[in-house]
Amino acid sequence: MKTDQYKLWTLGLLSLAFLGYSFQLYVSPPAEKPKEGKEASLADEGKLLWQEKNCTSCHQFYGLGGHLGPDLTNVSSNRAPEYIEAFLKNGTDVMPNFNLSQHQVNALMEFLAEVDKSGQSDPRTFKLNLDGTLSK
Amino acid sequence: MGLLFGLLGALEYVFPGISKGFISFEKIRPLHVSSVVFWILTAAMGGVLSFLQEHTGSPIRYPKLLKIQWGLFALTFMAILISYLFGIFGGREYWEFHPLFSVPILTAWILFLINIFSSVRNFRNQPVYVWMWLTGVVFFLFTYTESNLWWIPWFRNEIVHDMTIQWKSYGSLVGAWNMLIYGSSIYLMDKISGNSKYSYSALAFWIYFLGLFNGMFNWGHHIYTLPTHGYIKHIAYAVSMTELILFARIIYLWKDSLTTAKKHLHIQSYKFIMSADIWIFITLGLAIAMSVPALNVYMHGTHVVVGHTMGATIGINSMLLLAFVYDQIHGSKKLESYKSMFRIGYSLIQIFLPIFVLSLIVAGFIKGYWQLQEEQSAFSVMMKSLKPYFIVFSISGTGLIVGLLMVIYPAIRSLLSMNSQNN
Repeated sequence: MKTDQYKLWTLGLLSLAFLGYSFQLYVSPPAEKPKEGKEASLADEGKLLWQEKNCTSCHQFYGLGGHLGPDLTNVSSNRAPEYIEAFLKNGTDVMPNFNLSQHQVNALMEFLAEVDKSGQSDPRTFKLNLDGTLSK
Repeated sequence: MGLLFGLLGALEYVFPGISKGFISFEKIRPLHVSSVVFWILTAAMGGVLSFLQEHTGSPIRYPKLLKIQWGLFALTFMAILISYLFGIFGGREYWEFHPLFSVPILTAWILFLINIFSSVRNFRNQPVYVWMWLTGVVFFLFTYTESNLWWIPWFRNEIVHDMTIQWKSYGSLVGAWNMLIYGSSIYLMDKISGNSKYSYSALAFWIYFLGLFNGMFNWGHHIYTLPTHGYIKHIAYAVSMTELILFARIIYLWKDSLTTAKKHLHIQSYKFIMSADIWIFITLGLAIAMSVPALNVYMHGTHVVVGHTMGATIGINSMLLLAFVYDQIHGSKKLESYKSMFRIGYSLIQIFLPIFVLSLIVAGFIKGYWQLQEEQSAFSVMMKSLKPYFIVFSISGTGLIVGLLMVIYPAIRSLLSMNSQNN
């Protein structure tokens, strides 16, 4: 039927636009990819450890994640390494002690440093525009 | 499970660290979230499978595949929840389980897709809800696969690129399962009203395409503050604002919906649909506000987002899914004996859910205000100031749990009774 044809065309066009948009995003990262090396490998290890310990259940990056703990996007520039290590090695009243090895602590620190380099998550750094958009 | 761990999670907000000795929050949260997501997915699939058979007048094409699908999902979901108890993770937010569990989930979903497509048999001149089911099942497959792209180092080795794709997949994935649920709710309304004119109308299809358009392109409203490509955010802002059409339509049809409500309110499944309608209005209004970047900055990263999520998953998704369940047990003798329990439970849900969501929204605005202060108190000090709202959240959450249990229990008893009669 003709109406089915129109519907199929609309669905097809939408789907093609979506697929094109998706693949465009896959192949055009918004920032430069880290160069391969020891640091990048350690940061990747830290990221996988972050997932293994499910840190995102309490913590956020760029406001995305759990709400029991603070946003950690820029903790590497806001706090001394010893401060961060103390939390990772001991936990708190709320945060468990995950009994991390020194290597695991180093990996997480490297990962957090990489996240910190990616940008600023503090909402106070945004400028509100009249058209409802945000700018830095 | 979702209700139990939701309660434990709420208690953690009131008394942080209270359960750390035996089950810490990084386990409680995914136990709650995954349980709820599994409820949504299984009930949504069940709704589609039941209603599709009613619509075609024929049984599902491959019953053996259906059994394998059911078995895979049941075993995998149980294994995931058990793995959480042992602190085994590895995935991402909302899909915290070890990534290997994605394989059986994806396999089972493909079996579901095969069964749905082959059970439709004739694709010509189908009502909108069939289009929604078919689109939803394919869309979910794509977006769920996309949410696992992080396995490939190229996608995860730069955090902003990784989070962009992650939230792209999540935003659209919810849109996909909503296609299944809203499609089923349109079918159910046709069934209750005895009139299927709407489901074949041009208007229905315009709204379907508008919903799909939003599901595909508005996901960027989750990441306005992420330093990713600007065009993602501009597209998301513009597309999200088209939902004002839906919002305006709900207001325009408000009087008609009250007339319809009077006719069908005696039907238990309709009661849930009406409740969902109200929550669609509230949640859509909040979502549109949150999709304006300049307003989003006050709410992003706060409990306003949690309140919106709860409003959507409980107020919309769960109410609609319960409508589907109650449709299947309508007329059951067992259900008759639980009439008062149902009435009290339903009322408790309608009383406590708004308080529950509102307490989160207020807490969220306070946190949002704190986030934007030049001189900020410590995070722990801010969290302590939210304690009264977390107490209201916990008490209303408990009332909500009681209400939900009072509507779930009669449904389970009726389903078991019907099952034993059929055997």
